[in-house]
Amino acid sequence: MTQVAVKLKAPDERVAKRNPFQKLLARPEVGALVGAIVLFVFFASVSQTFIQPASLATILYGSSTIGIMAVGVSLLMIGGEFDLSTGVAVISSALTASMFSWYFSTNVWVGVLLALAVSLTIGFINGWILMKTKLPSFIVTLATFLMLTGLNLGLTRMIGGGVSSPSISTMDGYQAARAIFASSVNIAGVGVNNTVFIWIALVAVASWVLLRTKVGNWIFAVGGDANAARAVGVPVKATKIGLFMAVGFCGWILGMHNLFAFDAVQSGEGVGNEFLYIIAAVIGGCLLTGGYGSAVGGAIGAFIFGMANKGIVYAQWNPDWFKFFLGLMLLLATIVNLIVKRRADSSK
Amino acid sequence: MNAKQIDQQQLLKDEKDPLTHTPVHLLSLANVGKHYGNIVALTDVTLAVDNGRVTCVLGDNGAGKSTLIKIIAGLHQHDEGVLHVMGEERKFGSPRDALDVGIATVYQDLAVVPLMPIWRNFFLGSELTSGFGPFKSMDVQKMKDITKKELADMGIDLRDVEQPIGQLSGGERQCVAIARAVYFGAKVLILDEPTAALGVKQSGVVLRYILQARDRGLGVIFITHNPHHAFPVGDRFLLLKRGKSIGYYDKKDITLDELTAQMAGGAELAELAHELEQLGGHGDIVKEVQAEVAETASAGAPTQLRS
Repeated sequence: MTQVAVKLKAPDERVAKRNPFQKLLARPEVGALVGAIVLFVFFASVSQTFIQPASLATILYGSSTIGIMAVGVSLLMIGGEFDLSTGVAVISSALTASMFSWYFSTNVWVGVLLALAVSLTIGFINGWILMKTKLPSFIVTLATFLMLTGLNLGLTRMIGGGVSSPSISTMDGYQAARAIFASSVNIAGVGVNNTVFIWIALVAVASWVLLRTKVGNWIFAVGGDANAARAVGVPVKATKIGLFMAVGFCGWILGMHNLFAFDAVQSGEGVGNEFLYIIAAVIGGCLLTGGYGSAVGGAIGAFIFGMANKGIVYAQWNPDWFKFFLGLMLLLATIVNLIVKRRADSSK
Repeated sequence: MNAKQIDQQQLLKDEKDPLTHTPVHLLSLANVGKHYGNIVALTDVTLAVDNGRVTCVLGDNGAGKSTLIKIIAGLHQHDEGVLHVMGEERKFGSPRDALDVGIATVYQDLAVVPLMPIWRNFFLGSELTSGFGPFKSMDVQKMKDITKKELADMGIDLRDVEQPIGQLSGGERQCVAIARAVYFGAKVLILDEPTAALGVKQSGVVLRYILQARDRGLGVIFITHNPHHAFPVGDRFLLLKRGKSIGYYDKKDITLDELTAQMAGGAELAELAHELEQLGGHGDIVKEVQAEVAETASAGAPTQLRS
């Protein structure tokens, strides 16, 4: 057996059969990519407005508000957990920033930084409780979701006396923060919101981390088999808590956008959005059970969401149908992912 | 008793490390015990592991084999006795601690993450990186090359290191895990039932890798319930039963038949035959068991049988 001659240089004849097309099919996001192309062609053919630059910018903006969160949620899902508190945690972050700087009359940036700390802490607490109790993340984050929903409403009424945070548009630092989190850049006569660039940057960083760093290796491992990962020395707890904090970071960015796009936040908002982020990640090919997926997939999932959301309007259909489409898309995308994955695995 | 038990005091004091000639064992356990709440999982286990030697731990299901390796691998801590590594007393808080002193474990079921490519599994937890600070990235090409080369050195001819490891056969997966432990400079290699789920041919392949690891100077702990797998490769044999050591032998002091007889528990077989007879069971089954009793009785451990 030791004398078996292994041809290291020449490509092994047993792998030569796998052409680039099959390699592409084995990628996690391929189902979503096919879905996105089909959807794009479909809407482009039924609506003239859909492919105009201004409409595309709007679609990208809509996608980015989901996509920024989908980056964190995708990583978390690859790491084997999911987070139901993301939707309201975004609002918690925005409320923290506005209420703090309003109540203490500080520069807005103080509130913004405090909000970052709060967002990371929420993520940390989620992860820490999960690791300590070993309860399913469904239960832990459902509890956080409910508690944050209550805190958002309760504290806002207690401090500000209403259901929305007071306007902070005249405060110090507001314009600068708005310029970063919520302004548009003019590209070829079309205003593209900053969130689109933040989104793309986040996807790039997340992809790099996932595919090219050891932390990425750990994320796949803790999601694929946490016991095996622990046994070979991967810091499972730190990795998972870190993932929840990464979700918190994404929530902070989106929260700041929500705040500075206007100048106040409704305390009851955000409920239900957590599912949109999860849907984007799942459509993008992230396995609900963990260990498989990609950041790019989550981004494509968010883009599909954006196209369907705005495309229905551009096609002048009744937006009532949107949720139906979303559900159908989720089902189709996951089935396609499943089939593609099985075929890719068997045609090695 | 035909088979001469190793005098444990003698062994812990006088036996020398075959490579370094220092009077310490690479790894040794003295009177180690472990209980989970009020359940005693392991009591009074003594064993030694040396460079270039294979120590086999034999026992049936529930004998305490898993508890024993979990203690050595750092997944659990022992409650009684002492564990020495190179003469120094240790108690491992986590698998990382055990890995850091060179104890690598190849688990029967959780050796690898099935969905991840082979090379990612090979380097999992010990990734090669280049670059500085936050821009440290993995040296992917180098990791792939090393994986391919190391596996080839172990005689494993791989199709593609990008393949998810779940697509490999059970034996191949074991071998990847062994190669990984050898590459990362393990001094002690613990193999948890590596042949349990394998066919005859695959088992042979794995046994050959055990010998290769031994010849590279590793101390190997080979956990198994199959004396036919243990005997050809082992240098020492520890037999466990219900959390206790029922025998600890050097290879020169025991034969395969004796080992099998000890494992099977000749006394229990005799009891079973008796019970079957009383129940008026099928004659041929009773005869079969009786024949087996006679066989084990002639093979060894007569003292136990007479009782």
